[in-house]
Amino acid sequence: MAAASSSSLHATAAALHGVGAAASSKPRAAAPGARSVRVAAAARRSGSVRARGGMVARAAVAVTCLVFCIPFFFCGRLLHEVLLFEALREALIEEMKADPTVYVFGEDVGHYGGSYKVTKGLAEMFGDLRVLDTPIAENSFTGMGVGAAMKGLRPIIEGMNMGFLLLAYNQISNNCGMLHYTSGGQFKIPVVIRGPGGVGRQLGAEHSQRLESYFQSIPGLQMVACSTPYNAKGLMKAAIRSENPVVLFEHVLLYNLKEKIPDEEYICCLEDVEMVRPGEHVTILTYSRMRYHVMQAAKTQVNKGYDPEVIDIRSLKPFDLHTIGNSIKKTNRVLIVEECMRTGGIGASLRAAIIDNFWDYLDAPIMCLSSQDVPTPYAAPLEDATVVQPAQIVAAVEQICQ
Amino acid sequence: MAAAALLRRIPAARAPATALMAARTISDSTAPLTIETSVPFTSHIVDPPSRDVTTTPAELLTFFRDMSLMRRMEIAADSLYKAKLIRGFCHLYDGQEAVAVGMEAAITRSDSIITAYRDHCIYLARGGDLVSAFAELMGRQAGCSRGKGGSMHFYKKDANFYGGHGIVGAQVPLGCGLAFAQKYRKEESATFALYGDGAANQGQLFEALNISALWKLPAILVCENNHYGMGTAEWRAAKSPAYYKRGDYVPGLKVDGMDVLAVKQACKFAKEHAVANGPIVLEMDTYRYHGHSMSDPGSTYRTRDEISGVRQERDPIERVRKLILAHDLATPAELKDMEKEIRKEVDDAIAKAKESPMPDTSELFTNVFVKGFGVDSFGADRKELRATLP
Repeated sequence: MAAASSSSLHATAAALHGVGAAASSKPRAAAPGARSVRVAAAARRSGSVRARGGMVARAAVAVTCLVFCIPFFFCGRLLHEVLLFEALREALIEEMKADPTVYVFGEDVGHYGGSYKVTKGLAEMFGDLRVLDTPIAENSFTGMGVGAAMKGLRPIIEGMNMGFLLLAYNQISNNCGMLHYTSGGQFKIPVVIRGPGGVGRQLGAEHSQRLESYFQSIPGLQMVACSTPYNAKGLMKAAIRSENPVVLFEHVLLYNLKEKIPDEEYICCLEDVEMVRPGEHVTILTYSRMRYHVMQAAKTQVNKGYDPEVIDIRSLKPFDLHTIGNSIKKTNRVLIVEECMRTGGIGASLRAAIIDNFWDYLDAPIMCLSSQDVPTPYAAPLEDATVVQPAQIVAAVEQICQ
Repeated sequence: MAAAALLRRIPAARAPATALMAARTISDSTAPLTIETSVPFTSHIVDPPSRDVTTTPAELLTFFRDMSLMRRMEIAADSLYKAKLIRGFCHLYDGQEAVAVGMEAAITRSDSIITAYRDHCIYLARGGDLVSAFAELMGRQAGCSRGKGGSMHFYKKDANFYGGHGIVGAQVPLGCGLAFAQKYRKEESATFALYGDGAANQGQLFEALNISALWKLPAILVCENNHYGMGTAEWRAAKSPAYYKRGDYVPGLKVDGMDVLAVKQACKFAKEHAVANGPIVLEMDTYRYHGHSMSDPGSTYRTRDEISGVRQERDPIERVRKLILAHDLATPAELKDMEKEIRKEVDDAIAKAKESPMPDTSELFTNVFVKGFGVDSFGADRKELRATLP
């Protein structure tokens, strides 16, 4: 188990595995509509229940491997282990198989297999007309996706890095978000715009963008952020099926998260939060990678006697104020931990929404920990100082719970 | 068509002069007629189509009627704007009618058209009606976009008319996306993406053209070159004013955009080319009589002599009128009557549009998202209506 207060990225990544496995919520029911249950190589997999820690999980795997072929009904369902990018890929494959109007395009998604392997193998499976390699022309290919959506197709537009989508900002804001409204409801734009964002490993300022704040005020756009393989697959499927344009924020450092997800089909609701850890003392609202920093800090907090309630808000626009509100009514204290920029970020909007709606329930001012308003530096210690680290979260909880 | 039916109803004896000609009505013959275009086509890396255009008397009269209707609509919109019934931006198309009418004559409704903000007449050409056009301009419920789009956002989905866009040049990638969908679905149809000489300098055009050429999409990029990008003449904005050549590796055709028959021929040619071989660029040499919009007098960057010169020499409606009279397809009086009918039709439509109410306040929040998801309400709170409007 990684040291609790270490801030090195490698330790964080290692902790992510165990934390991710422990903290995922229960799988939701499968989507309506008759699709057969995928019983993959289940006999070969050890579908043991989610273990509470890395070592216990490994022991369970070892034991079950010795007696493979025994049916597994611990959770009443069959599971298989995936990495997060594989979960996204599974979602893409399932939706593309089910609906011939779904297609993917972006830079190097086809023959290259995707810069983060999310679309690996799709071009061979679906052909060059459904998995398209575009030239480096974000503005126009995003526009082309919107145009195709106007005519009834369902494009999935990949930005190789979320930051590149700034070049397509006009198309996303003015066309994607607005055409349903300005046409009086005639056109719908069921596009999914996805790609990795967030601060990575010393990728430099221009490749460490967090664009949630830029997109959040575009009317007509929905935004979700995935954080685990389970919700990545579920949200991707939901986004593809949604009739509205959805921006799906993935994170560069989360693609190799491992988790066991159900074999059978499931979808996550686009507008719901995920309860990561119920608690009593303080509501911690977070999303994407910061969820793992929060959970890491939670371990320390629990040792110190605090009981945080951790909610992964997932839906960045609109907020699920219903569930968030219920949590605030219980704990009366709110801490927001985000990787977004401080100025005009998701935390800022969330703070405003909470104050508008739940002021009477607050016993303390809302605290918001965000990234610093600086271009992300290259040097490792500076980069670490740009984002919120677990130690800061622990200190914040102590402060807010005084 | 409605035009033919209308023509038949005009009594033969409206005035003593026509009574002597006894029972002569406006020609609605569909016998083919071959007319030469005003100038030959200039082409870029493709063989141009022939100058001889096949048409029929009925079609010529339809052209006259449709263009006159468009002209009348735009002039009426001018008056409405000055009367402050139309607000904001209003970009008028008078002078450029031949492009809309000629294009429509060459294609079917399964082909798609997308254009920028000078879209009123194209909406009409695609089958839009006057009442919904005027209602939209005045922001009423009966408008084609329910009053929520305005002048720059006319759309007609069932006629494959995709608008109606305010940001210069952004509609061209959308148009290439429409063409992509046509290819994806294996439809044998093409998309006409219209833009102006000002938008021709947008980078996204070249990006989209590159992708369209690579993927062989049935996209036809039509530059409506009216020689002024708002107040900037083309020679001040473009190093190369040969917009039809700007496709470089993509073929192009330069067309006299004031000659409706030339436009028809070029669009027919372009559609065949695009469906078979991929993108092609058309440059329509046209002219707008009004300024860029109603906020622009249109005379600070060009002389009134130039405007009246074009009106005298190249007006699209006058050209068709001369053709009709030269081939004796109708008398001048009959054409005048037609224009009177059209004026009345437009006035009636305006009156009807004025009767339509303003949209209800609740319309503010509809169509932001499809099916709501509860976000038809306000801001971030999706479960509960937070604010009440006055």
